[in-house]
Amino acid sequence: MTAVDEPAATPAASSAALVRLLVPAGSYAGRSHALLIRSATASRRAWLAFVSGFSEPVFYLLAMGQGLGSMVGTLPGPDGAPISYAAFIAPGLLAASAMNGAVFDSTFNVFFKLKYGRIYDAMLATPLGPVDIALGEIGWALIRGGLYSLGFLAVMGGFGLLVSPWALLALPAALLVAFAFAAVGMAATSFMRSWQDFDLVTLVVLPMFLFSTTFYPLSVYPRWLQIVVECLPLYHAVELMRGLTTGVVHVGLLGHLAYFAVMIAFGVVVAARRLDALLLR
Amino acid sequence: MTAPELVARSTGRAPGAVRGVLLVVEHAWVWYRRNWRATVVSSVLQPLLFLLAFGIGFGSLVQGGVGTAAATGGVGYLVWLAPALLAVSAVQTAAFESSYPVLSGFKWQRHYHGMTAGPVSPAQVALGHLAWVAIKTAGSGAVYIGVIALFGGVQSAGIVVSLIVAVLTGAAVAAPVTAFSATLESEGAAFSVLFRFVVIPMTLFSGTFFPVDRLPDWVQPVAWVSPLWHGTEVARAAALDRWQPLAALGHIAYLLVLVVLGAALAARMYTRRLQP
Repeated sequence: MTAVDEPAATPAASSAALVRLLVPAGSYAGRSHALLIRSATASRRAWLAFVSGFSEPVFYLLAMGQGLGSMVGTLPGPDGAPISYAAFIAPGLLAASAMNGAVFDSTFNVFFKLKYGRIYDAMLATPLGPVDIALGEIGWALIRGGLYSLGFLAVMGGFGLLVSPWALLALPAALLVAFAFAAVGMAATSFMRSWQDFDLVTLVVLPMFLFSTTFYPLSVYPRWLQIVVECLPLYHAVELMRGLTTGVVHVGLLGHLAYFAVMIAFGVVVAARRLDALLLR
Repeated sequence: MTAPELVARSTGRAPGAVRGVLLVVEHAWVWYRRNWRATVVSSVLQPLLFLLAFGIGFGSLVQGGVGTAAATGGVGYLVWLAPALLAVSAVQTAAFESSYPVLSGFKWQRHYHGMTAGPVSPAQVALGHLAWVAIKTAGSGAVYIGVIALFGGVQSAGIVVSLIVAVLTGAAVAAPVTAFSATLESEGAAFSVLFRFVVIPMTLFSGTFFPVDRLPDWVQPVAWVSPLWHGTEVARAAALDRWQPLAALGHIAYLLVLVVLGAALAARMYTRRLQP
C-alpha cells in the first residue's frame, strides 16, 4: 500500500522490514488497505460531510480574496513582484486546509473511533494489528486531503490564480504537509486522556492558521515575532505553496521540505512507539 | 428525633413557568462554575485570536489605505471591526452550544430526561437552555469588550449596546439551531454540514471583516437572510454612533422574529421528544 511506502520512500520490502523493526511482533499484518476500504464505505454513507470539507477553503477564498482584497490591493509576492490579494492568500488557504484536515482526522476522528465508536477494538479482533490501523488511517486521511487539495487547486485555476506549471507540484507538496501533520497529530492523540485535552489541539492549530502569513505577510510583525512565526510548521507549508503556485521556485524551498521530513520522521517514530498505548490499552 | 419528621412530605410545589426555566439555567451554571476552565479556549481565546489576527495584524497592513478608509467610513479598522467581532463570536458560541450539547442532553448524557422526570416541562428545558446560551454569550462578550478596549478598539459607550445586540444575534442563531439539534437522532453528517455550509459562510459573508458590497452582486442576498448581517449592522451602528433608526428597527425585528419562532419550535421539538 502506498501509505506504507511513504515514510522512508524505499522499496516496499525494506520499508516493511523497517516497520517490523520499529514495532513489536504481531502489530503489523500488511493489510492496512482493509482500513481504506472500510473508510471509503463509511464515507459513501456520509458523502455530504465528505464534500463539505472541500467547501471551507473555497468560502474563505471567495470572501477574503474579494472582500479583504478590496482594501489591500496588491501585496509583494515571494520574489517581490506584486501579486493580487487572492493570489497571496490562496496558497496559504491550501496549506492551511491540508493542515486542518490532517489534524482533524488524526486527532478528533481517531479519538472518537477509539473511545466512543470502539471500531478499533473490533478490528483488532481480526488479523489486523495496530500498525495496520495507524497506516490505514493516515493513508485515508491523505487520500481525503489529496482530493480536497486537488479540488481547491482546480478552483484556484478557475480564478486564474495558477500562473506557473510548478503549481502542479503543489498537490504532492500538500500531501507531504498533510502527512507530516497527520503523523504528529496521531502521536499527540496517543497522549490524550479526554475531550478537554483537545482544547490544546485548537490552541495550537488556530493560532497557526491565523498567524502563519496566511492572511498577511511577515512584514507586519516586529522582528522577534517574525522569528517565532518562522519556526511554525504552517509557515513553512505556506511558503512552500506560495513559491510553487506563483512560480517562484528556488533552492530555499528544499529547506521547507526538510522541515516536513523531520516532522514526519518524528511523528511516525513517536506514533509507532505509542501505538500499543493508543490501541491496546 | 421526633416521629413527624420521618413522615415523607412533599418537599415543594411544581415550579412556576419562569422558575422552571431558571432551574435549568442553574443546572448549567453549577456545571460551568466547576468546569469553566475547559471552555476558556473556545469561548474566550478563540475570538481573542481573531481579534489579534485581523484587528491588529491585518489592520496594520491596511491602515491608511484608500480602500480601507472607503470601507470603514474613516475610522480605524480595529474600531470598525470590534462590534462586528462581538456579534460573530456570539454567533459562533451560540451555534456550537446549541449543537453537540443539545444532542448530548437527549442522547449521551441524557440529563434532559432526568430534568423532565421531575416537574420541569420540556418547554422549560428548551427555554432554559436558550437563556443559558444568552447569559454565556453576554459574559464572554463583556470580557471581550475589556480586551478590545485595552487595544484601543473602543470608541464610545455605544459598545455596550453592541453587546446587547450581539447577544440578541446569538439568540437568533441559537434558537433555530437548538430546534434543529433536538430533531436529530445521531450527529452523523448533520453538524458538519451545519457548520460548514451555514455557520462558516455566515461568518464570512455577513460584513464582519469587510462591507458586503465588496462581494459580487449575486452573493449579497446571502447576507440579507443571515441573522449575523442584521446583527452586525446594528452593533456597528451603535458602536460608531451611525444610527439609521428605520433600518435598525428592521434588523432588530428580523432578529426578534427568529428568536421567537426558533424558541417556539425548540419548545415544541423538546416536548415531542421528551413526552412522547
